Amino acid sequence: MYEGAVQDLIDELGRLPGVGPKSAQRIAFHILATDTADVERLAAILRRVKADVRFCRICGNVAEADECRICRDPRRDLTVICVVEEPKDVVAIERTREFRGRYHVLGGAISPIDGVGPDDLRVRELLQRLSDGTVTELILATDPNLEGEATATYLARLIKPMGVTVSRLASGLPVGGDLEYADEVTLGRAFSGRRTVD
Amino acid sequence: MPLYRDEAVVLRVHKLGEADRIVTLLTRRHGRIRAVGKGVRRTSSRYGARLEPGSHIDVQLHTRTAEPDAGRGHPRSNGLDLVTQVETVENYGAKLSCDYSAWTVAVAICETAERFTAEEGEPALRQYLLLVGALKSLARAEHDPSLILDAFLIRSMSLAGWEPALKECAVCSAPGPHAAFHIVAGGTVCANCRPPGSARPQPESLRLMSALLCSDWPVADAAPMPACREASGLIAAHLQWHLERGIRSLPLVDR
Repeated sequence: MYEGAVQDLIDELGRLPGVGPKSAQRIAFHILATDTADVERLAAILRRVKADVRFCRICGNVAEADECRICRDPRRDLTVICVVEEPKDVVAIERTREFRGRYHVLGGAISPIDGVGPDDLRVRELLQRLSDGTVTELILATDPNLEGEATATYLARLIKPMGVTVSRLASGLPVGGDLEYADEVTLGRAFSGRRTVD
Repeated sequence: MPLYRDEAVVLRVHKLGEADRIVTLLTRRHGRIRAVGKGVRRTSSRYGARLEPGSHIDVQLHTRTAEPDAGRGHPRSNGLDLVTQVETVENYGAKLSCDYSAWTVAVAICETAERFTAEEGEPALRQYLLLVGALKSLARAEHDPSLILDAFLIRSMSLAGWEPALKECAVCSAPGPHAAFHIVAGGTVCANCRPPGSARPQPESLRLMSALLCSDWPVADAAPMPACREASGLIAAHLQWHLERGIRSLPLVDR
């Protein structure tokens, strides 16, 4: 146990995800040894994040205004929406530079075992965005795990009757891997999603 | 560094750190165990896809301590075991994720199986076989998913010693059938023993519950929808009364 402020800092750092007591202690002593200016910069950015960052009223992505940078961009294709689970998935897809439409962040996936149902996600907001007929295609980019697949199945069942084309991201073999090490689930999906070679 | 191998069904997964997962398994010989799958959330993982809920797997695990436990015949662990190899026996989860209703039922089945195996490391072979049978039946779409869930729940209660009395009075054992059903009393009750507030289910609902309990599928499949709904309610209430806590996934089952 340390005195007052140092122990408080260790306790607070220890509450962060993935930070155990030892790591919290190491970070606390790193902060103590760092220049005051650097620490103040860190404190200021933490305050700014809490004060300025909110969720985009259209897509649910993180934003510093009412609408995020992507929803404000007029060059984006308004007819396609890509549905993702978390804001960090938006960043991952943006890195590909393949998608020029807009996003919709659900805020997670359906997980009955954790008590998360469709009503706990931003499904109603998605249906509202689709209701005016502007959107013609919906790309379901939920995680390729069981909860992500089931969420995609649920959304497809809900949205297909609205006349919107619903597609799902392809699953398959990772680039640079060996076929012999692929598991049967991934390899099976790669087979079912195969395409003709031009 | 002891290794052991077993057949198992993945009941639940939790995220751990950057790319790991804690998996809860119901194994054939070692009962319910929790283990860490290192790096299984990475796309490069060789067995991440096999460690999804509902997967029936052949798994090799590594115990953290070498201390043998003569009573149970396998090494005793001080921490979580480590998953070292996984082979798929049958991937029920992946098959069921294409059918939302069946998937929600599979999740409820897995959660219930976890609750019925409260003690980690205690062999629960009959519960394991019941779980595998339910998932297999669900994947093959042999019956209505809701009926498979109810059959699993009532038969799990039977294995745990909480089988509802359906053919005799739960209080005085007077032979039935009786019209009243009381959850706290433990099933159907005769006119003399009937506590205040007892339910009066339709006779078809009680017949359906008996059919589910003894796997009389022709009778269960032919049951009318109102009886199915009523039986589901009674079974869920009876289960949660005995478990003393709710099953979180039950209200989210897409019936």
